[in-house]
Amino acid sequence: MLIGHQPKEFLLAVEGLTVSFDGFKAVNDLSFYVEENEIRVIIGPNGAGKTTVLDLICGKTKATSGSVQFRGTELTKLKENQIVQAGVGRKFQTPSVYDDLTVFENLEISYPRGRSVFGSLMFKRDAAVRERVEEVAEMIFLKDRLNMYADVLSHGQKQWLEIGMLLIQDPDLLMLDEPVAGMSVSERVKTAELLNTIIKNRSVLVIEHDMKFVEDIAHKVTVLHQGQILSEGTMEKVQNDPKVIEVYLGH
Amino acid sequence: MINSRFFNRSELLGFLSLLLLLAVILPLFLDVFRLNLVAKYLTYAFVALGLVMCWGYGGILSLGQGVFFGLGGYCMAMFLKLEASSVANTKIQSTPGIPDFMDWNQITSLPMFWKPFHSLTLTIIAILVVPTLLAFIIGAAMFKRRVGGVYFAIITQAIAAIATILIIGQQGYTGGINGMTDLRTLNGWDIRTDHAKVILYFFEVFVLFACIITAQFIRLTKLGRILVAMREQEDRVRFSGYSVANFKIFAFCAAAMFAAIGGAMFTLQIGFMSPSFVGIVPSIEMVIYTAVGGRMSIFGAVYGTLLVNYAKTMLSESFPELWLFGLGGLFIAVVLFFPNGLSGIWRDHVARHIDRLIAMRSSKSKKAWAIKSAADGAPAE
Repeated sequence: MLIGHQPKEFLLAVEGLTVSFDGFKAVNDLSFYVEENEIRVIIGPNGAGKTTVLDLICGKTKATSGSVQFRGTELTKLKENQIVQAGVGRKFQTPSVYDDLTVFENLEISYPRGRSVFGSLMFKRDAAVRERVEEVAEMIFLKDRLNMYADVLSHGQKQWLEIGMLLIQDPDLLMLDEPVAGMSVSERVKTAELLNTIIKNRSVLVIEHDMKFVEDIAHKVTVLHQGQILSEGTMEKVQNDPKVIEVYLGH
Repeated sequence: MINSRFFNRSELLGFLSLLLLLAVILPLFLDVFRLNLVAKYLTYAFVALGLVMCWGYGGILSLGQGVFFGLGGYCMAMFLKLEASSVANTKIQSTPGIPDFMDWNQITSLPMFWKPFHSLTLTIIAILVVPTLLAFIIGAAMFKRRVGGVYFAIITQAIAAIATILIIGQQGYTGGINGMTDLRTLNGWDIRTDHAKVILYFFEVFVLFACIITAQFIRLTKLGRILVAMREQEDRVRFSGYSVANFKIFAFCAAAMFAAIGGAMFTLQIGFMSPSFVGIVPSIEMVIYTAVGGRMSIFGAVYGTLLVNYAKTMLSESFPELWLFGLGGLFIAVVLFFPNGLSGIWRDHVARHIDRLIAMRSSKSKKAWAIKSAADGAPAE
């Protein structure tokens, strides 16, 4: 029998997360919760541990203590590829795409089917795959470049390609590390537009320095400082928090 | 769609010219002695083919392929040795019916692990399974722990050294440093005659092409593309939901299996197997064949193996002491000046001209046809 207030089901629950590199605590007893369809932006000065938090969630770095629950599954015990299969996607800060493969092949590899060794041997490039790849290529402005090798793409195009690779993966939680860094103004506008279409029906965790961009997309902002949460809430609340102004926004 | 056909035009050209060379030209123009040398070179081409998959595509450099080559070769040799050691043939031994080297080492009964090699079927299974299983164990132990790159290369080299020491040390079971010699018949068929050597040569070419087609098939599947992707951005592959370790294990096992088939062919062709084909030096030589041919090219690997071995035979016949320096120099030159090996030179300097010639000819013939049809009063297309 359910009586009284029931705790809300979070998509992602990070609790007491700590990682220590030779005694240095890059992330220290961090707890935060992300709801379904929420767009959360993590900001903070350099070295605050933002990228490390994403690394911990996606399994790239192993946590010293604490837990990361994704839909009730404990992620800290899983391997990277199992975390991906659970529904967490990650975009890296520097665009990591496969230069020796074409745009089509880059997207195809991310298509969530045939991920085992024998599955990939038997993988058929059927109509469903082709349609999905073309659909995503259109969204990421690379439809006419499908047969080009990825190494001839510009920096911005590579960023888009990697976003496209995540999109085709269709994760429930999408983690983006500085998606507009190093982009030209026009690319930035296009990327914001792209992100606004892809964040529908999923939760997104974004690290970004561009405050204008953060204001545009964030539902909630978490400010990190020295591996701990300095402030959390709406953009407005965070911007007016004197602690935040002192360590971060004031500069 | 980029590659819907199994071979694109230049690959088809490579395939057909290799087939023509190996199946027609060489058998026509070479005497049996030289043809047998080519057959010996080709056994290494299997190893090079495996290295293209594992090193060229997957980026996993193994300096221990000789171990798998040797295992395949020893499995074959064990079968042939047992057949050559019939009671009738070995009646002067103190224990007739066991291989001569066992008798010399005071072993009085056939060891358990030799028994399956009485059967050709089990031998063939062993040739394919034993080296692959070893590769699987090494691969699982290394790649699951994320040991890669130079460290992996060093470990494979150590394994090659260990394998040699083990084979030499266990003289009673392996024939020691001399290896297994005096192999005579395969199911009663004498493999030492010229006629048998020619037949074995064609059989080997057939198996080689079967392996080439298998390698090409793997290359064209998504697995082939994942190998390339892994070589460049291991983390990205991992975060696209693939277990990188499993793919590396697969590539390493495939390379081991190809090498083992080559080793078994070697034993059949040459009629013996010894630890000198297992150790560090032969393993590194096999990497050089692949590098010279072009580590990204399936056909390049075969041509590279043939060329380096031909050079080795020529040089060591006339200047035996110079060969090792020549080989070292060749490797340095390839790495420094032609990182894509022969196939890279072919692609950049020869294939381009061929493409242009074909393009010119086809545009010329189109033009000629248009003029002709205009003159005939027919509408030009």
